Amino acid sequence: MAELDSGLTAWMLVSASFVLLMTPGLAFFYGGMVRGKAVLNMMMMSFGAMGVVGVIYVLWGWSMSYGSESVGGFFANPFEQFGLGGGGVFDENGEAVIDGGLPIIVDVGFQATFAIITVALISGALAERVKFGTWLVFAGLWVTFAFFPMAHMVWSGGLLSGDGPFAGIAEPVDFAGGTVVHINAGVAALVLALVVGKRKGFGREPMRPHNLPFVMLGAGLLWFGWFGFNAGSAYGADGVAGLAWVNTTTAACAAILGWLVTEKIRDGHATSLGAASGIVAGLVAITPAAGSLSPVGSIVLGLVAGALCALAVGLKYKFGYDDSLDVVGVHLVGGLVGTILIGFLATDGGLFYGGGFELTLVQIIIAAVAMALSAVVTLVIALGLKATLGWRVSEESEVSGIDLAVHGEAGYETLGGARKTTEVKA
Amino acid sequence: MKLVTGVIQPHRLDDVKSALEAAGIRGMTVSEASGYGRQRGHTEVYRGAEYTVDLIPKVRVEVLVDDEDAASVTDVIVGAAQTGKIGDGKVWTVPVDDVARVRTGEHGSAAL
Repeated sequence: MAELDSGLTAWMLVSASFVLLMTPGLAFFYGGMVRGKAVLNMMMMSFGAMGVVGVIYVLWGWSMSYGSESVGGFFANPFEQFGLGGGGVFDENGEAVIDGGLPIIVDVGFQATFAIITVALISGALAERVKFGTWLVFAGLWVTFAFFPMAHMVWSGGLLSGDGPFAGIAEPVDFAGGTVVHINAGVAALVLALVVGKRKGFGREPMRPHNLPFVMLGAGLLWFGWFGFNAGSAYGADGVAGLAWVNTTTAACAAILGWLVTEKIRDGHATSLGAASGIVAGLVAITPAAGSLSPVGSIVLGLVAGALCALAVGLKYKFGYDDSLDVVGVHLVGGLVGTILIGFLATDGGLFYGGGFELTLVQIIIAAVAMALSAVVTLVIALGLKATLGWRVSEESEVSGIDLAVHGEAGYETLGGARKTTEVKA
Repeated sequence: MKLVTGVIQPHRLDDVKSALEAAGIRGMTVSEASGYGRQRGHTEVYRGAEYTVDLIPKVRVEVLVDDEDAASVTDVIVGAAQTGKIGDGKVWTVPVDDVARVRTGEHGSAAL
């Protein structure tokens, strides 16, 4: 049996816990941005994703992502290590298998948290109008057919990894999930926004964020959790993790400035929503790049991501799709910025550091393939659910408030006459 | 009896309250209100989307007085609430048929 590295194992357990905290953080980030009548449903989509994906992950998620029986480089056999059996995680004596100093069961936990947050991210496109049951079914289908395959392709020797067909050009880089998490979720959000349709009154009625302090709290929790996401993806308690930590912070800081300057010039105000959004945009962009940029390169990346995402969030009004909380503008655009700028800013092989165009080219290819796969898979699932369970709650429920209609609760005492309690049954 | 109602700028409430107390008015009802007049609304920008907010916050102050005090109370409210800028609000007076004090059951001027 390989030797256990207790420092590494401790750090990975902590990192997994950090990343899990991102999903409740996202619930606050998203929850504050919707109207008060839909806050609980918005937060419940994140918590619901935890329920569904956390269970699926140990059943077939790990096996499909990191199992040893790859099917054409697209995904691994879901039955090989179903329920974490099959000897990959625990040996025949029931002892944890250790690989590179780390018990694989710790890696299972770490990776499960990535699957959860990725699915939860998509919910930002579906605010205030979607049946909760349909969302839960979608979460299970999407994580199975879009996320696990993408994780396998990029991180487990599949099609888009250093062992894939594109590695002949240059070795593709996705440190912590620019393609697997952010481009994947961003494309899914765009497809869903188009299939599910707009909220009633979108673009005409004001749909102001009801609680900006929630949004800022959520951004803070996401940032904190992102240290597990990025520095944890170093798979070491070492200098690479330190570099990823510093790059993560630096890029987020620069992106705050990038976003605020952009909106100050365009709209006249530097806003709290802009600062919170800038943080997330910077974190998204640095995710694939955290291990391969210098801290100064991270400043450049953060500034570009902050400014571009601030401009991109306006696209939905121009094109008329209701990506309610800007999953496309922040995660797809930010993910593309990070994935592609690696080709310019990577200290090893980047164009600005004496490299050629090869790295940029391979980064564009993996981004494009990831987008195409995510789009097709999401479209099939979304249309299938539209034809069967249906996506939308009734117009009446949407207008009066999805919280009360779907969950039988209201987020706040002051919302609506339904809060008048006439009888208590205990 | 009259009911004098003022809809004023929220930040003038403290001054209006002090001025009414100084003028010997012993009670009032204050509530939050929202609306617009010539001032219209204002605009807010969220992630680049501009919203025009028509209804802006105001405070409604209501005072019950004897007929002969209505004019002077109106002047006190106007004097204390005035900034000279658009959006200062309105004060109006309506007749009141009867008033009853709940604690004692007194009616009319005695209940004021």
